[in-house]
Amino acid sequence: MTMLRLFIAFLEVGAFAFGGGYAVLPLIERVIVHRYGWLTMTEMTDVVSISQVTPGPIALNAATFVGMRVAGIPGAIIASVATVLPQAILLFLFGIFFFREKRSATIDHAFMSLRPGVAGLIAASTVSIFIASVFLSTSPIIIDPVVLIALAVVLILRIKRANIFPLVFLGAGIGLIGGLVEYLTQT
Amino acid sequence: MSLWKFFLKIFTISMMTFGGGYTIVPLIREEFVHKENLIRDDEMLELIALSQTAPGPIAVSTALLTGYKLKGRRGAIVGIIAAILPPLIIISILYYFYTWFAANFWVRAALRGMSGAISAIMIVAVYDLAKASLKEHKVISALILIAAFLTSMFTSINTGLIILALALIGIVAFRYVPEEKKP
Repeated sequence: MTMLRLFIAFLEVGAFAFGGGYAVLPLIERVIVHRYGWLTMTEMTDVVSISQVTPGPIALNAATFVGMRVAGIPGAIIASVATVLPQAILLFLFGIFFFREKRSATIDHAFMSLRPGVAGLIAASTVSIFIASVFLSTSPIIIDPVVLIALAVVLILRIKRANIFPLVFLGAGIGLIGGLVEYLTQT
Repeated sequence: MSLWKFFLKIFTISMMTFGGGYTIVPLIREEFVHKENLIRDDEMLELIALSQTAPGPIAVSTALLTGYKLKGRRGAIVGIIAAILPPLIIISILYYFYTWFAANFWVRAALRGMSGAISAIMIVAVYDLAKASLKEHKVISALILIAAFLTSMFTSINTGLIILALALIGIVAFRYVPEEKKP
């Protein structure tokens, strides 16, 4: 029974999670905290902070976390699968039409507008990521020097076509050096 | 590319995708557009557009569609499994000491630098993708790009609806725009 409820709850989260990123939080809160009571509001905040420091989409991180809480590792698997099931079914169906050899002129016209449109959407998301990362969490106007250095160094190397994986680690390294400087100057 | 190699690539990408949303895009581009030359940037934009027509995490949709494009239905299934395994494994392990981990000074410090790095990586990806999307019909495409940017930035209109509107605009507008010679 618990497994079934877990499955249905995250099926709902997956089916109605449009927009990606933090847009999904109110939905998770409504279903997981208020309806099923699997997490308290404080634990919900914990899930958000753990999502910030781990890879992966927030909906999947929440699914794994709640699944573990309710029914251990099998629960985590059931909740994760339920989260991605609606999109998997839909995209599978869309894929049948989309990946056919011949495309109609109408679909071609739609994509001629979607390509620059999607570039615009990604640009907007990038501006949000930039603003969220560059300013100190304690103040909306003071720029975090560590973030700025990491950004500048990685930007230069990336323009010169350095690979992404090492650059992410370089960013982490710059962050750790910044942390060390802070740690030493405070004590 | 074998299915196994594809699985490993998506698994690694999913493990490096911090921040959610579109942050998977530069990683997919690096592996499949640049290193392997299997997808072009304009096709990448189409995959992302398609991924936005379904609910759920963008990273999962993008992995599924990349698999579908490269390896058919089996690729789609492998893509989705490879995308969900890393968060499943990592959170299952961290579950036992998450409060310590999330509040840890050094974890937070490393993350600060990483968020700067990810911003920079996204900026370069946006520049490349915008350039790729403006190859044909420069003026109309640029107007559409700016309109989509402003709508997403300054309104709370659902992304799914923006995608639908963009598709309709394209169908109506490009019916009357004479075709350009492809470069």
